[in-house]
Amino acid sequence: MADAASQALSNQTQGYSDDGPLRAADGTLLKDKLHQTMRRKRMISLGLVLPLFAFVFVTFIFPIGLMLYRSVDNPILAENLPKTMMVLEQWDGQGLPSEEAFAVLAEELVIAKKTRMIGQIATRMNFEMSGIRSVFTKTARKAKKMKAPYKDAFIAINEKWGERETWVTLKRIGQSITSTQYLAAVDMRYDVDNNMVAQEEERQIYVQIFVRTLWISFLIAGICLVLGYPIAFLLATLPLKTSNLLMILVLLPFWTSLLVRTTSWIVLLQTNGVLNDIMVWLGIIGDDGRVQMIYNQTGTIVAMTHILLPFMVLPLFSVMKTIPPSYVRAARSLGANPFTAFVRVYVPQTVAGMGAGSLLVFILSIGYYITPALVGGRSGQLISNFIAFHMQKSLNWGLAAAMGSLLLFSVLLLYWLYTKIVGVDNMKLG
Amino acid sequence: MKKSFLISGIATAGLLAAGTALAGNLTVVSWGGGYTKSQVEAYHKPWEAQGGVKINSEDYNGGLAEVKAQVESGNVVWDLVDVELSDAVRGCDEGLLEPIDKSILPAGADGTPAMDDFLPGTLTECGVGQIVWSTIYAYDKTKFSGAKPMSMADFFNTSKFPGKRGLRKGPKPNLEMALMADGVPASEVYKVLGTKAGVDRAFAKMDTIKDSAIWWEAGAQPPQMLADGEVVMTTAYNGRIFGAQATEKKPFEIVWDGQVWDLDLWVIPKGSKNLKDALDFVAFSTATEQNAGQAAWISYGPVRKSAAPLVGKHATAGIDMKPHMPTAPANFKNALQNDFEFWADHQDELNERFNAWLAK
Repeated sequence: MADAASQALSNQTQGYSDDGPLRAADGTLLKDKLHQTMRRKRMISLGLVLPLFAFVFVTFIFPIGLMLYRSVDNPILAENLPKTMMVLEQWDGQGLPSEEAFAVLAEELVIAKKTRMIGQIATRMNFEMSGIRSVFTKTARKAKKMKAPYKDAFIAINEKWGERETWVTLKRIGQSITSTQYLAAVDMRYDVDNNMVAQEEERQIYVQIFVRTLWISFLIAGICLVLGYPIAFLLATLPLKTSNLLMILVLLPFWTSLLVRTTSWIVLLQTNGVLNDIMVWLGIIGDDGRVQMIYNQTGTIVAMTHILLPFMVLPLFSVMKTIPPSYVRAARSLGANPFTAFVRVYVPQTVAGMGAGSLLVFILSIGYYITPALVGGRSGQLISNFIAFHMQKSLNWGLAAAMGSLLLFSVLLLYWLYTKIVGVDNMKLG
Repeated sequence: MKKSFLISGIATAGLLAAGTALAGNLTVVSWGGGYTKSQVEAYHKPWEAQGGVKINSEDYNGGLAEVKAQVESGNVVWDLVDVELSDAVRGCDEGLLEPIDKSILPAGADGTPAMDDFLPGTLTECGVGQIVWSTIYAYDKTKFSGAKPMSMADFFNTSKFPGKRGLRKGPKPNLEMALMADGVPASEVYKVLGTKAGVDRAFAKMDTIKDSAIWWEAGAQPPQMLADGEVVMTTAYNGRIFGAQATEKKPFEIVWDGQVWDLDLWVIPKGSKNLKDALDFVAFSTATEQNAGQAAWISYGPVRKSAAPLVGKHATAGIDMKPHMPTAPANFKNALQNDFEFWADHQDELNERFNAWLAK
């Protein structure tokens, strides 16, 4: 007891002694005071970035989360035919379901008809089983007058009700979370025994388009690097007056509308366009041998390379600008020939710019939409054009979301690979 | 609640590009170009002249995507949309459209009750028909000095009639036309197309012109492509070709053999903020006088029987419009009606197959 008291006393006296921790005028520890001040400052800066954070959340994180959710979300049948789904739960998937399932479905189709959900149910089923739409809408129209035995009544309306596949599909689509959209996005489907199998050959398309998108993006990044490197080098090394003028030439197209640049390529490259006219006039090609340079893959690559070139030049330029010319001079004075000095001394210092530029161009082109849509014809369409198709034309938003998610995952994967191989430090965006 | 929240999020996240509707004004959406002009002249101007609310006219390229986005996000800015029959039925089934009570439609000019005056099949639960239009193919007369294309088969015959072909980018109605060109009678086209072998046959026929094909999406494109010399013949909406013939004096010729005709209807997106005005406008614009008046501007056939005899001359070019209608007896000999139910059932599969075919 006495020990504890003396201990406390000595602690207190120590606090005021010269060699104890420093204290502010009000007696709090100086360290704590500093923490307090720092925390306040941090709160203020946090308060300043809060609007941006909220903005990013609302316009970026939230929609992406929604997209990911929508790619697996499958509420239509689960919400509108709940009892049928409960009965089908008991069904083992062999033969046909029980009479009870038919009866419950009849009852729920009547409700769906009344609430106008039948169209959505039928459309959802039709994504999985072509031609089933009218079977559902017709059956729903007649469901009200149906009488037991329901099984025979259903089959009398359409023989598809007597097929196991209809019911297996119905049961599968009745799950509120589904992977069917992802399967469809990679050209696969479930067969009648719920095994994953490849889509029919003449309907396979998306894998091919994904591969094409990656390949074209890779190619464009490569071409941009080859074309952009010398320009950036010139910009960084020429006297300021000349390089400023050159810079304007890089920036002017960069500031021009995307649509204007794309359509001017159409004017230049189309079969009756400027370039073909010149070649015919010069006699390089005959009037009937005009070259198809646009509305195909070539058109996409040419126009996109032109549009994305500044995204390569600018990071390269900003890196090259910081490289002191004395390094190359030093290498030269130590006996390296101009080529060796350039390759072994100059180029390694620009890796950060090359990495940043290539990644930027690659990621931008992987999701490019307008340019391929306008000049891509049929061989130059990218995956984003098909996502747009399912958003706007087929109204299969689930499939569009699955394809968008796959695109997002592949970009993340490539970015991860990039940081593993090149390292994120080796990237300078400007 | 959760669902509508999600949907509104997705819609606002990027789909919804539509402008905000001005309060009280009626936003009427149609297909643009000469077709919208015919509606402005025949419907909008008389409507505003007799004291109706002001109309904002907007263009779109068909389909239900925007309507779906607006309805599901609860931000409906379109009041009236001009759609194809398949979309009128599908949108109604999916609850995207307001049902329209047909008792608001006025009787025909000759006193026939509205229900008897409209051609059969032109009134649906949510849609009121306006016109019969058709997809035909047309060629540039100056490009063929000898024999001229006469039949649907000629369109697919690139050895007899060499040159690029313009086609709509989509399976509809190319597959039907391919089958007719391959010798299937119009009455059996959809029966054949309903089978796997029939689809294969249609695509095999399409293969024969794939390398010569240039694809269009908007109705204004084909006459432009034909005028630019980019194609020597192209499928097109008949009214667009007529417009180029009549007002721009282009040397185009329509081949009516194997035409695929369809309807355009007015529909009202569910939750339209100007429902009453929209309904009034539907009744006004589909009355006999307006229905016939539109045919003075574009060669689409009126859906009211009482309007057919009133079709006269083109408003500016002074051409007699009757022989240019898809429904004129001389043009209607080998015609196919687009089967909306077939397309509602098979569009997902056939779109996918068409896209895969196109990409290869």
